[in-house]
Amino acid sequence: MEALYAVTVGVLTACSIYLILRGRSFPIVIGITMLSYAVNLFLFSTGRLVLNQLPIIGNQPDYTDPLPQALVLTAIVIGFAMTAYSIILAVRVRGELGTDEVNEPNQNDGEAQR
Amino acid sequence: MNLAILVMLPFIGAILPLLVSTRPRWMITLSAASVTAISLALLLTLAPQSLQGLVPSFHVDWLPALGLSFSFRLDGLSLLFAGLILGIGLLIVIYAHYYLSENDNSGRFFACLLLFMGSMLGIVTADNLILLWLFWELTSISSFLLIGYWFHQSNARRGARMALAITGAGGLALLAGILLIGNIAGSYQLDAVFAAAESIRAHSLYVPALLLVLLGAFTKSAQFPFQFWLPHAMAAPTPVSAYLHSATMVKAGIFLMARLYPVLGGTPEWFTIVTLTGLATMLFGAYFALFKTDLKGLLAFSTISHLGLITMLLGLGSAGALLAALFHILNHATFKAGLFMIAGIVDHETGSRDLRKLSGLRKFMPFTMVLAVITSASMAGIPLFNGFLSKEMLFVESYQQHLFGGLSWLVPVLVTAGAMLSVAYSIRFVHGVFFDKVAENLPKQPHEPPLMMRAPVIILAALCVVVGVIPMFVASNLLQTAVAVVSPNPVEVAISIWHGFNLALLMSVLAIIGGIGIYVYREDLLSFNRQFDHHDAKEVFAKIVKSVTNFCDGLMSRIETGSLQRYIAALLILTVVFVIPELYQINQLTGSREQLPVNAVSLAGALIIILAAIGTAAFHHQRLTSLMMLSVVGLMVSLTFIHFSAPDLALTQLVVEVVSIILMILALFFMPQRIPKASSGSRVARDILLAGFVGGIVGTLNYALLTRPINSISDFFLENSVSGGGGTNVVNVILVDFRGFDTLGEITVLAIAAAGIHKLLNNLRPFMPSSDVDGRPWHRVKHPLLVQTVSQAILPLALMVSFYIFLRGHNLPGGGFIAGLITASAMILQYMANGVDWVKHRFNYNYQTLAAVGVMIALFTGVGSWFFGHNFLTSWFTHVHWPIVGEFEFATAILFDLGVYLTVIGATLMILANFGQMTTRHRPRQEKH
Repeated sequence: MEALYAVTVGVLTACSIYLILRGRSFPIVIGITMLSYAVNLFLFSTGRLVLNQLPIIGNQPDYTDPLPQALVLTAIVIGFAMTAYSIILAVRVRGELGTDEVNEPNQNDGEAQR
Repeated sequence: MNLAILVMLPFIGAILPLLVSTRPRWMITLSAASVTAISLALLLTLAPQSLQGLVPSFHVDWLPALGLSFSFRLDGLSLLFAGLILGIGLLIVIYAHYYLSENDNSGRFFACLLLFMGSMLGIVTADNLILLWLFWELTSISSFLLIGYWFHQSNARRGARMALAITGAGGLALLAGILLIGNIAGSYQLDAVFAAAESIRAHSLYVPALLLVLLGAFTKSAQFPFQFWLPHAMAAPTPVSAYLHSATMVKAGIFLMARLYPVLGGTPEWFTIVTLTGLATMLFGAYFALFKTDLKGLLAFSTISHLGLITMLLGLGSAGALLAALFHILNHATFKAGLFMIAGIVDHETGSRDLRKLSGLRKFMPFTMVLAVITSASMAGIPLFNGFLSKEMLFVESYQQHLFGGLSWLVPVLVTAGAMLSVAYSIRFVHGVFFDKVAENLPKQPHEPPLMMRAPVIILAALCVVVGVIPMFVASNLLQTAVAVVSPNPVEVAISIWHGFNLALLMSVLAIIGGIGIYVYREDLLSFNRQFDHHDAKEVFAKIVKSVTNFCDGLMSRIETGSLQRYIAALLILTVVFVIPELYQINQLTGSREQLPVNAVSLAGALIIILAAIGTAAFHHQRLTSLMMLSVVGLMVSLTFIHFSAPDLALTQLVVEVVSIILMILALFFMPQRIPKASSGSRVARDILLAGFVGGIVGTLNYALLTRPINSISDFFLENSVSGGGGTNVVNVILVDFRGFDTLGEITVLAIAAAGIHKLLNNLRPFMPSSDVDGRPWHRVKHPLLVQTVSQAILPLALMVSFYIFLRGHNLPGGGFIAGLITASAMILQYMANGVDWVKHRFNYNYQTLAAVGVMIALFTGVGSWFFGHNFLTSWFTHVHWPIVGEFEFATAILFDLGVYLTVIGATLMILANFGQMTTRHRPRQEKH
């Protein structure tokens, strides 16, 4: 199971990196979102993979590590704030510049367009 | 305490001239003058203690870990310099009032001047070497501002830049030197450094430390070969030249050498470097002063020469030489400040500073002429003026030293030559300007300046005479305490005008006769001088600066291409390069922890995630498809959390996933929905390779981590959750109690991000497509009835569920975050199903306020525990027995969680509702077209 989990996280990371390396804003935002999934899964797994040991004090003998869960919970919400901010930034850039390309256009081209 | 006030007063007072800068000019001047006068009065109250050898001091720790403290001392040396800074400063303020024209912004001028004054006081009174350095840099900066005061003139800007570059670079060298010294001495406090003097001089790093400190001192005091910035700094207004570039700032280097003489001085290295540099500077400056046609240029080179003279005396280092150096600092400041002021008066009244145009001004300005004669005579070293006394002492020292062995006789000869040149340019200053035939074609008709403009010069000229005639009465006390600080051997101050017929007198006579001779035959010397090809220092400096900037520009244009893709790729490649060697050191990939078996369900789940992730990347040209794939990944991640015992995470992920996908679909409306293939094949190959590498590394790390045994600090949380936090859901207790401060920070960030988005959407005119990508128009029914009805029915249910989730959060999966997100998504459903206007009509609430109130509640819950004498965010809980309901637990943490809940709702709706409005607000206009 551990190997499967690690492979999944690796593939998620690879796909998100590929998206982040694109030249337009929308794939980059999708890539960032997916990368935050991968990172969250990674951080969560620092508590190791544990089945059926909820971190809720009750009548179980053993509990999983609650600390990574607390950290990842806030990370998910912050990740949402970041996704939202970057997607709105992308929309704003599209509205201002009329393009969604992230590379700075050549200065000469810029002059010519004006 | 008074001492600290004394130093800080000019800094605080620097605000005053700016505050009154729109008022009449006399008020601005008065504000600056009163600050200076109060500081001077403070100094005078402290002076008696200082003169008795009791050193007033002040000490407060600043950054003890760095050895930096805010400590000052007023010993004899500090008193001498502080007196100069404040005394001449006051005269300069008065003079500047008449010098500056109505058009100049005198508020800014006096503010910079006071800033400089404070920095200078800081240097001379600092009791900590790093503090001294801080003030040292502040003088460089304030001097930059003052030289560039007339920033509309290009030579002022260039002169200011050059001065800053040279003195700033020297300042860095000085810092390095100070750090070395402090490191050897073990402290940066002056007393400790003085105590460690022996071991510093014997240390192997002594020579580097000495060179670095001297580099700082020489650049500041314009010593050869760094002298070239000073003449260009003459682009400053004349009061600045008189103050900074003759009386005070350029003496900071001298002060530093005097201050550190007990530590660094007295060695052969010190003697050789400092003496020879001083001698070379003295001759260089005096020679070139002779040929300058600009009055201020002449004075600038003469200043360089005199600074060289003082440096040389410090280099010789005998008790008499140190005394002579300190005495000459005093004398030079009085006559040179006076001369600069006279040059300013001439410039002000005639409109020219050019010696080729000026002559015969005695007819129009007889009074100024007398002042010029007195101060120049002092500069030339004529008996009965103060310059004579210190120059005579220099002569004595020059032939009493035997430090150069058989060549020691060269020193008095060269010193006499320098003195001759000094006499010659002094005569030139007076004779050229005030005598000869009457000048014609001057830009202005010359006349005497107002009395108050002359008054500072009169005071300085009077000092020249008084000190010159009765030196012992005026200055012996001050010099005695000052030299006691510098000189390791006891010195008896005994200055007199007449020493009998001796070699020094002969040298004086020779200097005066020779000087007259040089002046009479100056034309011959001038034509001799013309044979040489003179490089202007400014051009050399400009060339060096240009080549450095060209190099940097070239480098920048290669690195900074403006391509985000290249930046990210470079960053990732670097990461891979750095991580691979580390991974290589892991001997064994699989650790000892027992692994879980794979079952069919999780295998299927993992396959779905992997395929959906690859699909997201592969179909990124078709954006809607890509987004759908992403949502599959998100949902599967949520299932992963629930599978591995994390119900809170699963709930959060689920709701966040819904909200963010809605947001992205909304955004997609404003973005191009399909794009042409932009990347070349090689680019795609490179990216796949890079992404594969990074993914492989992350996967490997994760596997290595997962298979190793765990050693966590979480046992504490598990044990104390119920007893300390009053809740059984440990994740929630950590969030709202143990690590509540983190959560407070996090909801603040969330609110800030929402506010940022709110601003970003302000005045946005997004691109609005009127049809979808295939050219089909949008459906005419915007809000289908079925969705409307269902959504309205769902709202109360969703609210109830969220309230339930919120309440039970402390003990079972749930809590403020999840409940907030559920409420927010129920509201978003209303927006989607019924339209923004519909919701606004029924539920007009300001989400910004909601988010702010949420953060406030959380914050004040934390603050509240202060009132009960506990630390910030300490929680409290109790069990209340309610009738009917039964046992009920109440914890302050639930208040905190309420803050979280409201912030999440506010922030999420702020983002989505604002963004959703975009489509509505512009739609009608879109349709009119």
